[in-house]
Amino acid sequence: MDQNFRIDKAGYINRNKKISFKFNGKKYFGYEGDTLASALLANGIHLVGRSFKYHRPRGFIGAGVDEPNAQVQLYKGAKTEPNAVATLVELVEGLEATSQNCWPSVSFDFGAINNLLNKFFPAGFYYKTFMWPKNFWYKIYEPIIRRAAGLGVAPLKPDPDRYEHIFEHCDLLVAGSGPSGLASALAAAKNGARVILAEDKSRFGGSLLTDEVTIGNKKGKDWADDTITQLKSMPNVIVKNRSQVFGYYDHNMLVMNERTKDHIKDPHKFTPRQKLWYIRAKEVIISTGSIERPLVFGNNDRPGIMLASAAKEYMKVYGVLVGKKPIIFTNNDSAYDTAIEFKKNGIDPLVIDVRANSESSAIKEAKNLNINIKFSHGVINTKGYLRVSSATIGKLNSNKSSYESLENVSCDCICVSGNWTPTVHLSSQSGNKLKFDEKTDAFIPSQSRQNETTVGSANGIFSLKQSLDEGFNKGYELSNKITGKNSKSTTPTSNEKKYGSHEKFWCMPLPKNKNYKRFVDFQNDVAVSDVELAVREGFRSIEHVKRYTTLGMATDQGKTSNLNGLQLVSNIEDKIVPEVGHTTFRPPYTPVTIGAIVGREVGKYYRPTRKSPMHLWHEKNNAVFVDAGLWLRPRYYKQGKETLFEASKREATNVRNNVGICDVTSLGKIDIKGPDTAEFLNRVYTNAWMKLPVGKARYGVMLREDGIVFDDGTTTRISENHFHMTTTTAQAVNVLAHLEYYLQVVWPELDVNVLSTTEQWAGVALAGPNSRNLLSKLFPEIDVSNESLPFMGYKEGSLFGVPARIFRISFSGELAYEINVESGYGIFMWEKIIELGKEMNLEPYGTEALSTLRIEMGHVAGSEIDGRVISSDLSLEGMLSKKKDFIGKRSLNREAFLNPNREKIVGVVPLDKKTMIPEGSYLVKDSNATLPNPKLGHISASCWSVEYNNPFSLAILKDGKKKIGEKLFALSPLKNKNIEVEIVSSHYVDPKGERVRS
Amino acid sequence: MLEIKCPYCGKRSQNEFSYGGDASLKRPQLEKEISDKDWDDFVYFRSNPRGKHSELWHHVAGCRQWFKVLRNTATHEIFKTAKINEEL
Ligand SMILES: [Zn+2]
Repeated sequence: MDQNFRIDKAGYINRNKKISFKFNGKKYFGYEGDTLASALLANGIHLVGRSFKYHRPRGFIGAGVDEPNAQVQLYKGAKTEPNAVATLVELVEGLEATSQNCWPSVSFDFGAINNLLNKFFPAGFYYKTFMWPKNFWYKIYEPIIRRAAGLGVAPLKPDPDRYEHIFEHCDLLVAGSGPSGLASALAAAKNGARVILAEDKSRFGGSLLTDEVTIGNKKGKDWADDTITQLKSMPNVIVKNRSQVFGYYDHNMLVMNERTKDHIKDPHKFTPRQKLWYIRAKEVIISTGSIERPLVFGNNDRPGIMLASAAKEYMKVYGVLVGKKPIIFTNNDSAYDTAIEFKKNGIDPLVIDVRANSESSAIKEAKNLNINIKFSHGVINTKGYLRVSSATIGKLNSNKSSYESLENVSCDCICVSGNWTPTVHLSSQSGNKLKFDEKTDAFIPSQSRQNETTVGSANGIFSLKQSLDEGFNKGYELSNKITGKNSKSTTPTSNEKKYGSHEKFWCMPLPKNKNYKRFVDFQNDVAVSDVELAVREGFRSIEHVKRYTTLGMATDQGKTSNLNGLQLVSNIEDKIVPEVGHTTFRPPYTPVTIGAIVGREVGKYYRPTRKSPMHLWHEKNNAVFVDAGLWLRPRYYKQGKETLFEASKREATNVRNNVGICDVTSLGKIDIKGPDTAEFLNRVYTNAWMKLPVGKARYGVMLREDGIVFDDGTTTRISENHFHMTTTTAQAVNVLAHLEYYLQVVWPELDVNVLSTTEQWAGVALAGPNSRNLLSKLFPEIDVSNESLPFMGYKEGSLFGVPARIFRISFSGELAYEINVESGYGIFMWEKIIELGKEMNLEPYGTEALSTLRIEMGHVAGSEIDGRVISSDLSLEGMLSKKKDFIGKRSLNREAFLNPNREKIVGVVPLDKKTMIPEGSYLVKDSNATLPNPKLGHISASCWSVEYNNPFSLAILKDGKKKIGEKLFALSPLKNKNIEVEIVSSHYVDPKGERVRS
Repeated sequence: MLEIKCPYCGKRSQNEFSYGGDASLKRPQLEKEISDKDWDDFVYFRSNPRGKHSELWHHVAGCRQWFKVLRNTATHEIFKTAKINEEL
């Protein structure tokens, strides 16, 4: 039973290495060098899955990327991978694969009832049927369709594998290692170009692996092997197999996926599963070859019916017979090689050729081998449920519209060939305008938009000699253009069979009164009748036909079906194919696993993490962190079993009563120097800056040109021409870019330089009534009295020998200072302050307490400066200078901004003084009003006021100032809350600001 | 991903840059009377050409210079880049 379909000796597999694997729970054997597909075929297994719509039994069509049917689920658990293409999966010990889209098993599938009902599943069925009743869609139709139409099952656990990204530049990227690709790479490499050669399969050589040709007196395969060895030995060449160039993007950026792990038996745990290469190439050679086209006839989708080239590849590369009673069905000469290969392996094939005759050397060879050939014949229909068992063949009449005679022939496989389609995906993705080539009956590249050149059969050139010539010439020309070198290689001599032309006949007519399904797109179950229906219903654009019928839309992207579909539409409409045009080719050419695209940017590596120099201290002292942009900031310092609420209350209370210390390193800091700095600040801030004395800080608000508040912060004049600006943590990056824009683009005449110093300074805030006392301990030589260092004052000092900047600014509304030292001294500063602050009940506080303090003081922050408010909305109209112009000022005259009923900042307190109001709640007049209940405003920030020991919120409320004292309702449908509230002043604590000046 | 030639640093990948809009835009002079319409044109209205477009880019993950790029919006072809004080 074991590997009954394996031929002795043939193939490039390693027969000394037997490999066991499981398919649908059963154990099988194959050899090292097999794919899952070739190993299954060696065991006589064709049935691998069920089709998408009708759940029809399906087998292998191809032997590579073109395979539409053989998609399997690999492994189990976190490692599981859906929709793996069996023709691309390399056999490795312990491989486990199961069929998809079938239940309970691939040979008895319940969903196949769809096949019996197929009259009810024509093109557009879903669109037409599930339109009503409307609410049935989400609850009933969609879940059923999703389950029935599912491909594989996505893993529910995180991907345990590692994926890496590589960025590479080269002179020439060659995609595809067939004869023309090898020739191009060799010619360019020998002429000094830096070359990357990419091959998607595990073996190099492309058609040379299967064609009986010689190059330079060597067998084609040996020439390929020698050329690869030579290229690998050159320092200017990178040679990669298992590497699919799947996308051609702008400016000659190509992306390639390299499979680095799955084929290895015991990989190292750090071996990445795949590497995604971003390659910027000066020139690209596309030598991606061509894909054989199926022929269209009745029930042409049964397991055992496959491409003739695939059957040949299984014999030549893997030593596997795809059947022992083959029919070869063709409209061209190339399929005769498959017949000859069968014959050489002792199998008698029957050739069915739609043409009246052909005289090429391949046919002479077939005739000499006594191969049975029936010209002017076609396969009309097939039988055999889980595997093809017979074919109805017929003699075509003279105009090929019907049959003169019919007969049944038994068979176990049918190898079809409808000629070749150049693989133009990359070239089309690059922007190349394709043209229709009458000779090959397919689209080929014509007008490049980027630096790309297509060679070989991808360019419609099917002779080996011409392909080699083209490869060597283009490789030389392009490398010469880049390197300027003139070392030209000569094309080696070659020998090949001569092939005649194909006949442009590929869709078999139906016999009278027969209504066989003739499939065009196997993966999506699109039959000739579906395309006919779409055209009959008025779909004309090929893009519309595609979407209505789903032709070419599945994971295989219609590699085998697109051209047959186009020809069908053009036949029905009595047009020529170029008039119909082609659908757009988009990356990726083959499916790419999301892990490869994400690479190492997962979990905490998703973005860089910024930490303050005091971060380790916070960690050791039970800080619970919160993300603030890229920064990790302590949210609170947990004591015992405290909750966030309890801890932040304790910390904020301690600031109000004693003194607290907060890490404010993440605040944006910008160093500004130059004689025009004051003038510049005068333009970017809304208030006046010309007269700010040295040693003083000032609060400023910046607007965008449209008048909306952009950011706020304090800026300090360190010396005459030197300022220190602070921004919010969130806007630090944007403020810097904003300043640079105005300095470089708008007012280049201003002599000012800006530089981000956020990470150069470690910052702490000391806040609370004891902060002055603590400051005097830290800087005993400085006079820190209110007279000497008043509110908004600035001094430089020495913190036990460390140069420090002291700013008397406050975010908490308390008497407060901010101290900056160079980052390297940050932890020294912090620990020194903690040590000296003990006797004053100093405690660290996190961002939650910081928010509490600023909310109850009515200081605005990001939740109020939300990109929709102007200064007056935030009660900051006093900051708008009337005497000078500034960025955004002119916009403030706009009618909407002058409206006195605008939403304004207010305070909100729940009447029960107990219920916290969820942030984002809407304020309404009547909580029972019919919907839509008019919204008067929204809650922007909420806290537990430690000053009054009840909840307090800030809100942006329509006509807010006039509503102070009114009672409204705060509604939060998300939290199911309906809270009666009173509107109060936004300055809930210390409205006159006495504490900060004390 | 585009490849953009920063006039100061040379060719770099697009992910080092951020886009800054129409380079032909002139900010109205400060302290100067301007009609509502002209101001609205400056703040809100931009042409959206298919084809050649002169635009600003900012080398944020590089030299932090703003510069000009002449780009085809349909094909992404970049014809020329220039410093702010140079003509495109
Ligand atoms: Zn630069």
